[in-house]
Amino acid sequence: MTQRITRFLLPAIVPALLVALWWMASAGSTSIFFPPLAKIWQRFHELWIFDLVGEHVVSSLNSVLIGLGISIVLGVGLGIVLGLNDAIATAVGPLLQFMRYLPAVAMLPLAIQLMGIGPDMRVLIVVLGALWPVLLNTVDGVRGVHPALVDVAKSNRLRPIDWVVRVVVPSASPQIFAGIRASLAVSVILMFASELMGASQGIGYFILETQRQFSLPEMWSGMILLGVIGYLLNVILLLVERFALDWHRESRS
Amino acid sequence: MQSISTPILEADGIGKSFGDNQVLSDVTFSVAKGQFVCIVGPSGTGKTTLLRALSGLGPANSGEVRVNGRVVVQPPAELAVVFQDYSRSLMPWMKVGKNVELPLRRLGLSREERRKRVEQALRDVDLGHAEELYPWQMSGGMQQRAAIARSLAYRPEILIMDEPFASVDAQTRADLEDLMLDIRDRLGVSIVLVTHDIEEAVYLGDKVIVLSGRPASVAASVEIPLGTGRDQIETKSRPAYLELRAEIHRMIMRKSDTVAPQRAPR
Repeated sequence: MTQRITRFLLPAIVPALLVALWWMASAGSTSIFFPPLAKIWQRFHELWIFDLVGEHVVSSLNSVLIGLGISIVLGVGLGIVLGLNDAIATAVGPLLQFMRYLPAVAMLPLAIQLMGIGPDMRVLIVVLGALWPVLLNTVDGVRGVHPALVDVAKSNRLRPIDWVVRVVVPSASPQIFAGIRASLAVSVILMFASELMGASQGIGYFILETQRQFSLPEMWSGMILLGVIGYLLNVILLLVERFALDWHRESRS
Repeated sequence: MQSISTPILEADGIGKSFGDNQVLSDVTFSVAKGQFVCIVGPSGTGKTTLLRALSGLGPANSGEVRVNGRVVVQPPAELAVVFQDYSRSLMPWMKVGKNVELPLRRLGLSREERRKRVEQALRDVDLGHAEELYPWQMSGGMQQRAAIARSLAYRPEILIMDEPFASVDAQTRADLEDLMLDIRDRLGVSIVLVTHDIEEAVYLGDKVIVLSGRPASVAASVEIPLGTGRDQIETKSRPAYLELRAEIHRMIMRKSDTVAPQRAPR
């Protein structure tokens, strides 16, 4: 029991200490760039619980979740097809690597030109960046199915559907999840970048606007909010992964 | 249960090479219905290669394998394979029951019929209690039992086993050997078991195929007249058993000195 409490508390200690330190160190601050944390917290409370949530947070989460969702569906689907077809995978391999290393933000100007600054454009930018980690990891995972399992499948004459759904995908799932986690990080970055350039709402837009108006406590509150949202999305994903890959963790311990 | 006339499995002049490396040359033998045939030979003789050819997983370059008279080009429906590496042959994301059920899905059985077959197969290997366990929650011996159950569930006529007991402890191994004899007796399935262990081959087999040379061919085909109802202690202390064991041992020793392949005595 004490062990569980320690494991739960230990990761909270460092952030708590840092926040306390920040709070005390900034208490008397008169710098407009580094306002007292108390002041930031007050603005955070006024703005984000829950006045502007509908306007900015919903818009940002929309870009991330829809963009990431499309990336996962496309990435896993295409990744399975490519992973199962050596010839196609070899043929498009260089293209995939090229796309992966082409920063999706580089396509922002073109996307804005073509689609304007609406939510669709932002989702597209997220997909253009977040697709590749999950896609490439799925291809790797599918190709990495152990030869012993191929023998088992052949000698048992599994139906192709059973082979893919019940063997290949579960076997690749640890790598697919690793890809999704990388895609999530990319999604948050691209959501933010696309809001800086092409939005009239969203947390990125809010941070840029408040900076331009020298409303620095508000700007800080936006940055903190962004961090909190990213952290929470990651926690949710880890919980899903823990549940889905229970067998993987246990079978290795 | 021994040597009834028509062979269920025939290997006819099997040859196999990988590039310039010829592994098998003119391997010929047959397995009768309900017969327990052990293929024995030192490590590296190509036993696994032969097994892959027999099961249709890695077709031979020359000669042919026939199951029930039909030439094998891919894994035939009446044949099941149990692999050496049980820890890799079971799916760790599926409970044992689901693992056993997996090959049944293609048979178009009702859900209830599938369940019955899974339960039956698990009972056949004394794993009736383990359906809801994951493979990694079980010992090595239990995992290999589960793999055997998966092979039995679709009721094959021939079970091909590749060093199935190589990585379990001696007691478990003895239990599993007796289990296989019992399964053959109860279910009437023919078993081809590949092993490097001469004792195991003589204890289990109705017939022992001695594989040796490079490339490997059949050095001898030895009938084992020890009858049914074998016992780990009693059978293994009988003079006939000891004599056969020594005879096969000598054959392998003698044969592995020579490099050139010899024709197998028929």
